[in-house]
Amino acid sequence: MNPLAKLLEAALFASARPIPIGELVDLDPDSSPAAVRAALDEIRETYDVQGHGVELVELGDGWQILTRSEYAEVIERAQLAVRPHRLSGAALETLAIIAYRQPIGRAEIEGIRGVNVGSILKSLHERGLIEVVARSEGLGRPLLYGTTSLFLEHFALRHLEELPRADELAIALKTEPHPVA
Amino acid sequence: MILAPHTVIDDAPEPFVIELSEYSGPLDLLLTLIRDEKVDIYDIPIARIAEQFLLRIRTLGLDQAADYLEMAARLLRIKAQLLLPRSGSDDEWEDPRAELVRRLLEYQQIREIVDHLERLSDDRRRRYARSYLPELPAPPQAPLALSLVELLAAVDRVLRTSVLPDLHDVIPRPLDVDGAMQTVRGVLALRERVPWRDVIPSDPERWQILSVLLALLEMARRGELSLEQLAPFSNVWISRESAGQAA
Repeated sequence: MNPLAKLLEAALFASARPIPIGELVDLDPDSSPAAVRAALDEIRETYDVQGHGVELVELGDGWQILTRSEYAEVIERAQLAVRPHRLSGAALETLAIIAYRQPIGRAEIEGIRGVNVGSILKSLHERGLIEVVARSEGLGRPLLYGTTSLFLEHFALRHLEELPRADELAIALKTEPHPVA
Repeated sequence: MILAPHTVIDDAPEPFVIELSEYSGPLDLLLTLIRDEKVDIYDIPIARIAEQFLLRIRTLGLDQAADYLEMAARLLRIKAQLLLPRSGSDDEWEDPRAELVRRLLEYQQIREIVDHLERLSDDRRRRYARSYLPELPAPPQAPLALSLVELLAAVDRVLRTSVLPDLHDVIPRPLDVDGAMQTVRGVLALRERVPWRDVIPSDPERWQILSVLLALLEMARRGELSLEQLAPFSNVWISRESAGQAA
């Protein structure tokens, strides 16, 4: 691997969170975004071609080294790491609505789900998966929610456009087109 | 009261929070019924579905939950509307089920996205990121099990291995600066200019030399005499200062 790739590998290994491209470029004053991207490709290819136990993944707004999924059971059995909890169906429904309709207020979410979502919004906010992005101009100026970069990390997405477009889903709404966030 | 940052979230009173493993809400239950009964979502037999819905929430003990009760009431209203004779022409008639169908379809779309998110999340959860290990807690202190004899033996061992320190007695030797000043004055009274060796006693002790040195410096400061050295390490000459003496 070239020296820049080695440097980036070391930084990515040491970091507990995904590192954005900008921060990676800052690590070496002689590098450029293009050089960093090429070096990241080189690391990813090295891991894939040589068959490493880890892989380099782009998610959220950065890059991160992750273990390959086939070792999940071994790692968990040895208690080397704890698998994060699954989100409940209610939490996922609320997240899905916010992801596709953001910015969206509580009343609108409740209209779609048919249930009260106050406590779920609170817990999603506490977990850093959603944030208040604005206030509606409507009556009572309700808070409007949107998803965070931690949401993208949680689902290993690079950006929201990676979610299936509403019109690609099997059930297409005939009454109104759904804008993709 | 200190407000945590998350208090920005709407804090409307929570009516009745129930954790349901089976259904995430009345729409979920309704969709399940429609699927179980294998009916067309665009042509729901409302009477049958409403009956099933009521039965299901009663057996699940959900008939106290507002969200489910509201849906039950809605279904019964639609059922009643369908029973009423249609007024006006067919063109103006709007199916009372239309709004419900729209909501069900919208909800089903959300469920589809949820399935997708669930797959993504399961896939991500199987891949571990590097994480910092939590700092290990300090091991608990073992209780001290030691007899007095053992303690004394340990002290003895330590003392024997330690080297006795080198001790120095420091004896104060006061300098006689005043005496030295008198000697210098005596010499200068006789001679105007003398080398400094001449004011030091023959075969001097170290303290005597120091006394003379301090006496010379003190007298030079007072202006009684002046000191000069023509070259480094050469003899130091002492000259009488008549003006200083006068003062």
